[in-house]
Amino acid sequence: MEPQMNQQLADLHQMWRIRILEETILQLRLAGDVVGSVHLENGQEAVAVGACRMLRRPDAVFSTYRGHGWALARGVPPEKILAELLYRQTGVNGGRGGSAHFSAPEYGFYGENSIVGAGAPIAVGAALAARFDGSGRVALTVFGDGAMNQGGVTEAMNLAAALDLPVVFVCENNKYSELTPINDMVRNPDLSARAHALGIPAVRLDGNDPAQVAAAVGLAITTAEHGRGPTFIEAFTRRITGHYIGDAQTYRPAGELEADEKDEPLARLRHLPGFDEAERRARAEIAAATERALAAPLTDPSTAREHLYV
Amino acid sequence: MSETAKLTYGGAINAALARCLDQMPETLLFGEDVALPGGVFGVTRGLRKAYGERVFDTPISETAMLGAAVGAAMMGRRPIVEIMWADFMLVAFDQIVNQAANVRYVSEGRLSAPMTIRTQQGNAPGACAQHSQNLEALLLHVPGIRVAMPVQAQDAYDITLSAVANDDPVVVIENRTLYAGAKAEVQIGGPVAPIGGHRLRRAGDDVTVVTWGAIISSVEAAVDSTGVSADVIEAVWLNPFDTEAVLASVRRTGRLLVVHEANLTGGFGAEVVARVVESGVSLRSAPRRVGALDSRIPAAVQLAQAVLPQTSTVAAALVEITG
Repeated sequence: MEPQMNQQLADLHQMWRIRILEETILQLRLAGDVVGSVHLENGQEAVAVGACRMLRRPDAVFSTYRGHGWALARGVPPEKILAELLYRQTGVNGGRGGSAHFSAPEYGFYGENSIVGAGAPIAVGAALAARFDGSGRVALTVFGDGAMNQGGVTEAMNLAAALDLPVVFVCENNKYSELTPINDMVRNPDLSARAHALGIPAVRLDGNDPAQVAAAVGLAITTAEHGRGPTFIEAFTRRITGHYIGDAQTYRPAGELEADEKDEPLARLRHLPGFDEAERRARAEIAAATERALAAPLTDPSTAREHLYV
Repeated sequence: MSETAKLTYGGAINAALARCLDQMPETLLFGEDVALPGGVFGVTRGLRKAYGERVFDTPISETAMLGAAVGAAMMGRRPIVEIMWADFMLVAFDQIVNQAANVRYVSEGRLSAPMTIRTQQGNAPGACAQHSQNLEALLLHVPGIRVAMPVQAQDAYDITLSAVANDDPVVVIENRTLYAGAKAEVQIGGPVAPIGGHRLRRAGDDVTVVTWGAIISSVEAAVDSTGVSADVIEAVWLNPFDTEAVLASVRRTGRLLVVHEANLTGGFGAEVVARVVESGVSLRSAPRRVGALDSRIPAAVQLAQAVLPQTSTVAAALVEITG
C-alpha cells in the first residue's frame, strides 16, 4: 500500500474513534449516565487528528471544552475519558474535570478549558517554559472562531510574537461562535488577518482534510523549532451537531446542516477501501472502553476536598 | 548562611527575589517594566542585569502575563509576576480565579501552578479610584489561592521567599507607601519558612486586635496613644489564616476588634468576626470592625481621609470596646 494511503487510513481510523466516542457520549448523556453540559466535536475531527499526528512527545496541547477528540487524538485512552465524564475513580481526573475541563498531562494533553480563549495565554506560558527547560516543547492551543473576539487571545498571540515563542495557534473556524455566526460579530471575516497584523505567519486551510492540517502544523513546528516563533492556522470546518447537547440549532439556515453532512471529514472518505473496517474497529474499541468505564466505581465523595493545595 | 543587612521594605523584596533567582533556577521574573527599568517602584532593580533573560519585560497585557505564568508553572517553572497595582489584577481575574486556582484541584493533583503574583495596593495621597483599592477579600474568597500581606521589611523578605518556594499560586500584596521607607535590620539567607503564621505586634490583656496591611501603623499608634492593653495580631498570611492564634487570644481578652483598610462590606474582617463568634468563645463585648466606609475612593486627599480608617477611628473603637 502507498504510504499516503496508509496515512489516510490511519487518519480515517482516528477520526472514526473520535466520532464513535462522541456518539457514545451522546448516548450516555441521553440515557442520563452522563449529566450536565457536554460539547461534541462531530464534523471537526480532522483538525484534531491532523494536528496531533504531527506532535511529538514533549509537545503540549491546550484545547477548549470541545476537547474529547483532542485528548483521544493525543493518546488518552477512551476508557479514561469516558470514566471522567461518568465521574468514576478511573477517569483522567477522578471526575474533578468532567466533560469540559479535564487534563491528562502524561499524554501531553494539558487540558480543556471552559472559558472561551483562556487556554491561549496558558499555552504561551508552556512555550515560555520550553525556552528554559530544554524540552524542545512546542505548545499548541486550539480554540474556536468565537475566541478570536476574546482580548486574551490577542494578548497571547502578541506576547508569543514579541518573545518569539514556540506556539501553534489553531483556530477551528466552524462558522458559529457558540450559536451566533462569526461573520455577524466581525467586520473583517478573515480572522487570520489578525495574526498577520501581529507579525505572525498565518495560513487558512480546509480543516476537514487532516492532511492539510498536518502539513500546516508540521511547518509550524519547524518554524517554532528554528526559534522563529508562533504560527496561526485558521482551519475551516463545520460542526454537524449542536454547540452543546440539546442545542436545537434553530439559528442554522435551511439546508446548511445537510450540506455540511455531505462534506464532513468521514463522508469525504466513504469511498476508501477500509472505511467500514475502520468504523468497525473503532466501535469495538469504544464499546469495550464504555463497558469498563461504566463498571468502575464512582469517585469517593470523602475525597472531594483533596488536591486543593499541596 | 544567615547574615543581616540594612534594607528598606522594597530592598528586602529585591534581596528575596535575587535569592530566589539565584537559588531556584526554575524561577522566572516578569511583568510590566520590571526588567530594564527595574519596576516603576524600583523593586526589581538590578535583577535583569544579574540574572539575564529569566527576568524580562512584558507587554501591558495582564491576561497574557498571568496566563503565561500559569502555563509556565504547569510545566515546572516557578514564575514570579509583578502586577503593578492590585487594581490591574481585575482585568485578568480569569487567569487567577478560573485558571491558576483550578490547576491542582481539577487535574486531581496531576498538575500544579507554583506561581507568585506580587502586587501592591491601597490608598496613598493623590491616588485615584483605580489605584487605591484594597482587594484582598476578593482573593480570600477563592479557594486554591494563597494570600500574604507583609508590612515589615523582614516579613517582606521572608514571605517573598516562602511564596516563591510554595507549590501553589500565592499572591503577595505589598504596599507602595512602604517601599522606600526607613531601612531596618533584615536577616537574610536564613532557612525558607513554610507559608502561614502571624506576628504578635503588641501584647495585652483587654482586647484582641486583628489587622493586616499598612494600616497596622495606625493600629499601633492608636494602641500606644490610648494606653489600651491589647494583643495586636498582624495576619501577615491571610490564606492560610491563623484562626487558632486569634481564638487563643480572644479566649483570654474576651474582646475582638478587626481593622483593615478595605471597606467593610464583604471584607475579610467579617470572616474573622464570624469565625470567632462561631467558635463559641465567650465575649465580654460585641466584636467590632474598623475599615473603610463602603464607598469609592476619591482622589482628593481630604475626601479620602473621610472614607479611609484613621488612627483616631481606631483609637475611638479601642476605647469604646474596652470601656
